[in-house]
Amino acid sequence: MDLESIFPRLQEIIAQWLSSFLPGWLAELLVILMVVLAIVLMMVVVVMVLTLLERKILGRLQDRIGPNRVGPYGVIQPVADTLKLLFKEDIVPEKADKLLHLLAPIIIVVPALMVWAVMPFGKKLVAADLNIAVLYVIALGSVTSIAILMAGWGSGNKYSLLGGFRAVAQLFSYEVPMGLAVLSVVMAAGSMSLQSIVKAQSPLPFAFVQPIAFLIYFICGVAEVNRSPFDLPEAESEIIAGYHIEYTGVKFAMFFLAEYINTFAVSAMVVTLFLGGWKGPILPSYVWFFIKVAIVVYVFFWLRASFPRLRIDQLLNFAWKFLVPLGMVNLLVTGIVVKLNVPVWLTVPAYWAGNFVIGVIALYLLTRFTPKKTPVSLR
Amino acid sequence: MALQIAFVIFSLIALIGAFLVVTTRRLFHSALALVLSFVGVAGLYILLEAEFLAALQILIYVGAIAILIIFAVIVTRHLMDPKARAFNEQWWRAALVAAGLFLILVFTIAKVPWPVSEAPLPTNVIFSMGSSFVGTYLVPFEVISVLLMVALVGAIIIARER
Amino acid sequence: MIPLVWYLIVAAALFCIGLYGVLARRNAIGILMGVELMLNAVNLNLVAFWRYVCPTNVAGLVFAVFVIAVAAAEVAVGLALIVAIYRSRDTVNVEEVDLMRW
Repeated sequence: MDLESIFPRLQEIIAQWLSSFLPGWLAELLVILMVVLAIVLMMVVVVMVLTLLERKILGRLQDRIGPNRVGPYGVIQPVADTLKLLFKEDIVPEKADKLLHLLAPIIIVVPALMVWAVMPFGKKLVAADLNIAVLYVIALGSVTSIAILMAGWGSGNKYSLLGGFRAVAQLFSYEVPMGLAVLSVVMAAGSMSLQSIVKAQSPLPFAFVQPIAFLIYFICGVAEVNRSPFDLPEAESEIIAGYHIEYTGVKFAMFFLAEYINTFAVSAMVVTLFLGGWKGPILPSYVWFFIKVAIVVYVFFWLRASFPRLRIDQLLNFAWKFLVPLGMVNLLVTGIVVKLNVPVWLTVPAYWAGNFVIGVIALYLLTRFTPKKTPVSLR
Repeated sequence: MALQIAFVIFSLIALIGAFLVVTTRRLFHSALALVLSFVGVAGLYILLEAEFLAALQILIYVGAIAILIIFAVIVTRHLMDPKARAFNEQWWRAALVAAGLFLILVFTIAKVPWPVSEAPLPTNVIFSMGSSFVGTYLVPFEVISVLLMVALVGAIIIARER
Repeated sequence: MIPLVWYLIVAAALFCIGLYGVLARRNAIGILMGVELMLNAVNLNLVAFWRYVCPTNVAGLVFAVFVIAVAAAEVAVGLALIVAIYRSRDTVNVEEVDLMRW
């Protein structure tokens, strides 16, 4: 048996075994639930590994050792953290809107988990190959802001409200260029299904065909998951911790979980849309998928260790005055190349030429119009 | 059978959400109930095999319109005294009008013989949608883009502090 | 298969609830929410008719997309107006915005 179809085969075997003694619809339902449970459990494990990795890598980058007390090299640290969070007292502030305060951490996890339903982990490993998967992922990304506003408002704390406002302004602004970057990929691939987009990336992945869309998507992805240098919504030194300031124990753990799942999801989207998804030689496709995602996640951590936090006006100006026009021009160029019907061998050079011209002009404008002195008067 | 159950669940979500929107005293809760209602309608779209529209519903109604409304609620929050009246004095007349209209609509719906066609769903709905946007419905499409542009500029000018 | 009438009744109920909200709310934002509910009901009807009456013609879907776009524009301008009124008159209560009332 080849390694590629090991998971679909496993599912088949379990389905057969279940339908041997259960009515058909119940067996079907149980198999679906099993897939969902597998994805959720995998996400929990991934989050635990990510927290440890982030602290270890940040430690190395900052010339520290990182967690090293619990277990050999600190590998059991996430378990200790989880236990600590589970046993903490659950505090609800006096001024809080009790219902919203309770619902926000639940709602924030839902879209984070739902994204994985359409993610192609491998050649034959996708829970639901929707034909509008790209739109589905973008739509779910926008749902997160509702939960953040609920948490920000429901906590009855001015810092959390400020954090909520910042988060929503940021998510809103960066969703637009993100959508534009994704659209140019969709146009180049001619499909909105993630599986077809992966298959369309041959011989070259889209990161090399459409470098500008790749950069826009990557920057917006960092902003979308509130990671440094775009971590204003939860800037500890300015607004303490933003929208989740009033949360403790399990509820805080939910925010934490959602944040890391989202980081992983954005990395997976970068890999799927631009880095050839599960494609790769020799090793099975799902192994390649996780290797690539791990590399992208590492770049995320690296960014966090390297860049200082932006100011809110810089953040919004960058999105609206630079990324959105750039995305639109890039979309236009992609449309022209698709519509020109150039021969197959010429499409990639055509994209390169277009991207090169846009890139040079964008860099020129950026250096020309960036104010040398940052404005002091901020309302 | 499963479809009918799903239909009942989604329509209950949509209707209960809508009911909470118009009855809750606190506007913030109203706005969140509106989100619930939108999600229910998106579920109904999925049952109608219009997945594209369901995703659009979540993206635009939940992700943009509901958030804008919540923003407006927060910006005008100090006016919201929970003890103040949320409804005007003609609310019972409004209820009568709404109930009457509902009865008339249900009566009409039950009476009209709808020409339901059994034709199967074409496979490339999204494709034909896309080509009709730049084909048959090109003019409305362009008008909508101009409308959105005008709304964008207008909203900024109206809401800007002078 | 779900009968078409079910969808129509749900849409009718949604529309009437929205209508009640528009007529009975005092807060302008509440009224706007009622309008959104009514638009959703209309969209539900459009999509249901597309699916059951003429699935080969995408006019219903296209129109629903137009309605969504118009709703987005409407909300943006409407909320801008509400914020402007709030700034100048310190109220969003439609009964108190009566400068033009005769």
